[in-house]
Amino acid sequence: MPRTGPFETDNPGAPYRMRSYLDFEKPVAELEAKVEELRAMAEGGSAVAIGDEIARLEAKAQKALADIYANLTPWQKTLVARHPQRPHFVDYCAALIEDFTPLAGDRKFGEDEAIVGGFGRFRGESVCVIGQEKGATTEARLRHNFGMARPEGYRKAVRLMEMADRFGIPVISFVDTAGAYPGIGAEERGQAEAIARSTEACLALGVPNVAVIIGEGGSGGAIALATANRVLMLEHAIYSVISPEGAASILWRDSSRAQDAATNMKITAQDLLRFSVIDGIIPEPPGGAHRDPAAAMNAAGDAIAAAFQDLAGLSPDEIRSLRAEKFLAIGRQL
Amino acid sequence: MNWISDVVRPKIKTLFKREVPENLWIKCPETGQMVFHKDVEANLFVIPGSEYHLRMAAKARLASFFDGGTWEEIALPEVPVDPLKFRDEKRYVDRLRDARAKTGAQDAVQVGVGTVEGSTVTAAVQDFEFMGGSLGMAAGEAIITGMETAIARRTPFVLFVSSGGARMQEGILSLMQMPRTTVAVRRLKEARLPYIVVLTNPTTGGVTASYAMLGDVHIAEPGALIGFAGPRVIEQTIREKLPEGFQRSEYLREHGMVDMVVHRRDLKATIARLCRLLMKQGKPVAVDRPAQQQPALDAAAE
Repeated sequence: MPRTGPFETDNPGAPYRMRSYLDFEKPVAELEAKVEELRAMAEGGSAVAIGDEIARLEAKAQKALADIYANLTPWQKTLVARHPQRPHFVDYCAALIEDFTPLAGDRKFGEDEAIVGGFGRFRGESVCVIGQEKGATTEARLRHNFGMARPEGYRKAVRLMEMADRFGIPVISFVDTAGAYPGIGAEERGQAEAIARSTEACLALGVPNVAVIIGEGGSGGAIALATANRVLMLEHAIYSVISPEGAASILWRDSSRAQDAATNMKITAQDLLRFSVIDGIIPEPPGGAHRDPAAAMNAAGDAIAAAFQDLAGLSPDEIRSLRAEKFLAIGRQL
Repeated sequence: MNWISDVVRPKIKTLFKREVPENLWIKCPETGQMVFHKDVEANLFVIPGSEYHLRMAAKARLASFFDGGTWEEIALPEVPVDPLKFRDEKRYVDRLRDARAKTGAQDAVQVGVGTVEGSTVTAAVQDFEFMGGSLGMAAGEAIITGMETAIARRTPFVLFVSSGGARMQEGILSLMQMPRTTVAVRRLKEARLPYIVVLTNPTTGGVTASYAMLGDVHIAEPGALIGFAGPRVIEQTIREKLPEGFQRSEYLREHGMVDMVVHRRDLKATIARLCRLLMKQGKPVAVDRPAQQQPALDAAAE
């Protein structure tokens, strides 16, 4: 889909061309390599009829992929959620938002590109869009600080949310961060306060807001944008209080126990839906969002539209109180 | 079966277990000087001389804050125990049991209502002794209950906080306490009641990134470690040594995150004065102290 705004992509289409495989995808990788080999042979004019064989192998690869992804462990999901080719905030913006017009700066100290935000059009209607961007190339990753925001990022988010509220424009947030950035400057300028205010700003919104956890929902850095009327999660995204590695190094004093931590902490969309921490799961195409970004992003678009449909016609007070009550109810009935 | 495997271990030891107080002498973490524990207790757990502020248990804190050392304890809601069935090197249920045995408390936060220099105040204490004061479902509910109590009784809400952050053993449900407590903070503010946060050593993580940094007034005890990311995490991330005094109370005051750094002995008078001013109450008729000290004003006038 063409971009309609002045917003530039970090990496137009490039990351999706060459496929990289995760360790547990090895059986699929082997099958797909074989398919490629056969294709090359067919192109090379080999006399043998190999069309059937290719189709057979492709079907087999598809099935292996579907089987693997139907039974991902929490740790494998963590790897999928962090997959470098997984669609990021800018991709969602390009696919779902027309006229996207990013706005910069917190009007206090600076501009933090770890959080991108602005106004645009979602299915014809004005929306405010905010989210963490991890970056797809080395240069972009550095510019976006790997999606780890400093206080300025959260203060910009607050500024945009207050603006959206004033103009009666609903808010969509795309959450994808390992966490807020731990650094001297960030602490100096009040990282904790900035996150707390951003969470508070979410709760103060008299317009509906929908948060989508598209990759990693890392701790306070995520909740600052994910305190929403509807919280949706991609099927293989993760959302947790601390990274599996962090939990492993604190609780087991051994960061190599990250797999155990991932399993113990219940970080998958399926677990979180069971705990009513999230409101819905957005299905991913077979093999994960990175296999077919367009399909994943379309599914997200439909889910966001449905969520806003649900919230239509409510007064600002109702919207605020429904949101507050929803969060207060979490954990009271388990 | 033989006499080797059947041997009964003598149990005399447990029968005659004596209650020996372990810490008769307390070592000052700063200067290393040894101080008799009674002197420390009498001095509100501040080391005489070095003025190092030791951590204060919940009950002692409330006793030092409320008039006459008495208060009404507010009943706290029960929460589901260990919904994640969490297990690291130890089972979470075992850790909880140990913490309860050690502290005699159900969880990290306790709430009381009492008078402070004659005015009614609702106060909560987040006690570091209970699993590092970590914020889980029970602590979250306790904070919410405390704020709701303040609203119902139209009193200011004072929170003495000390916490390492979220309780990881409760996973995402501990993270959810950040927005949940923020809902309660908003209600307290809508009710136009003062919310005073006293940051004590240490306060970090998700606790600072929610209710602990949303007060009307932030007071810090001297030398307390206060920050979002712990110093070790920052050092590992940036691979640099951190500056002296980084993330300490005085540093936070300099950077505009806390209003004042107040010595423990002056906390009660400072908070009482603030509450009276914000609640538009007159000066108290009789005060314990003849000459009222105003250390906060001195500090502000630097």
